[in-house]
Amino acid sequence: MAVEPQAVLLHTLRDLGYTDVKNGCEIGECGACAVLLDGEAVNSCMVLAMQADGADIVTNSGLGTMDKPHVIQESFADAGAIQCGFCTPGMVISTKALLDRNPDPSEAEIRDALSGNLCRCTGYGQIVDAVKLAASRLAGASSQREDARSNSKRGRELDSSNRVLESGDQTKVGGES
Amino acid sequence: MTVPAFNYLKPDSLAEALDMLATEPGAYPIAGGTNLMVDVRAGKLSPETMIDVGDLDELRGIVVKDSQMTIGGAVTIAELLRHEIIRQRVPVLFAAGKTFANTLIRNRATVGGNLVNAAPCSDTAPALLVLDAEVSLSSSSGTRWIPLTEFLVGAFQTQRRADELLMEVRFPIPPASSRGGFEKMGLRKISCMAKVDVAVMADFDERGACKDARIALGAVAPIPLRAEKAEASLVGTAFIARAPEKPVRCGEQVQDKTIEEAARLAGEAASPRSGSEYKRQVVYGLTRRILTAMATGIRDGEAS
Repeated sequence: MAVEPQAVLLHTLRDLGYTDVKNGCEIGECGACAVLLDGEAVNSCMVLAMQADGADIVTNSGLGTMDKPHVIQESFADAGAIQCGFCTPGMVISTKALLDRNPDPSEAEIRDALSGNLCRCTGYGQIVDAVKLAASRLAGASSQREDARSNSKRGRELDSSNRVLESGDQTKVGGES
Repeated sequence: MTVPAFNYLKPDSLAEALDMLATEPGAYPIAGGTNLMVDVRAGKLSPETMIDVGDLDELRGIVVKDSQMTIGGAVTIAELLRHEIIRQRVPVLFAAGKTFANTLIRNRATVGGNLVNAAPCSDTAPALLVLDAEVSLSSSSGTRWIPLTEFLVGAFQTQRRADELLMEVRFPIPPASSRGGFEKMGLRKISCMAKVDVAVMADFDERGACKDARIALGAVAPIPLRAEKAEASLVGTAFIARAPEKPVRCGEQVQDKTIEEAARLAGEAASPRSGSEYKRQVVYGLTRRILTAMATGIRDGEAS
């Protein structure tokens, strides 16, 4: 696709239909527009679309769907970590970035990882709970996968569910100047 | 929010980047964009062409050689925090990075960008000042190294010419006998601009006497200040050898007179930019906290 040189990744993604990337403050304060850019959680309002040319971009909707939510998304729902939901896609992205790098984070590490994501409804207690829940569920899934290596039938089932959980809808945004 | 129009160019090489900076009218380098995009939206900065230098290999490395560390201008704050030698050997810079904005910003914001932006509340500048850092500026006509103290000339003003790129920051890795610390006070714990930053580095002889001390104060003047009288008051003393038995908390008296005096002198060195007298008191408190932590090895709030 072609974009204007001054196009901001946030707007480009939303124009493409990825409206799960929320436009909050546009000054890098709130984190509602967070996406994974080559695996790093960043504010898409601070990135020129051209700077993301050729990069792997994962948004919240790329992690899971309503029918097949990601473990992190499910954990946010189960922990009641959502009120208005506007900050949630960014929270989920920051959580994914954290757990990819650190599968067993301390509470301080969780709060640090979410330090760029503001929630103005619920407070952060249930959000931190959701991240802990997601971490323990993902750890449970991976230890089950270990067990399953000696159990081929169960292994097949778990492998297929794992594929669903980890298959991100990876969108490439390019441009021509 | 609309973003004013500009051109965007992505050079394939450093030589091409420097050529673009020299020849493109109204060219401005961009890397993480975490300051730049805010300023462009606010109309404070109107570049005609953004030169994207964020992926240039020459700006992306952290190199340790001959006890010297050289950090590329486009290294992110997150990359600093993941670097084992910085974590272990350069605590003042590590601690400054930990207080920097928030995780999402740290993943994009660069060391060079933070210095070139030259905000009075920069968190990296005071830490790099006490490390005696120098920066290199390259243009198509050559490269020059200048001390960070000379690079920063005023609020949002540096010695960088429009055709120059901040390439690298370098400093001697503090010896194992040294200790340092960094404290920040803002309106909240995270995602805030500094109201006051204090950075300290000091080196000690085998008996624990201070050989050399550097204290820099951020956000209390247009550019970070060195608290020279406070530094001088520490040299020759053995304040880390007379460690208090527990960290000092806010409001508690420090027993060590050397620490108390150095903190008082640091507070006097502050010239608050907004005429806020309270900043002197904050400088005093943060300096006292850092020096006490250097003496005890325990940071305030970390004690059991």
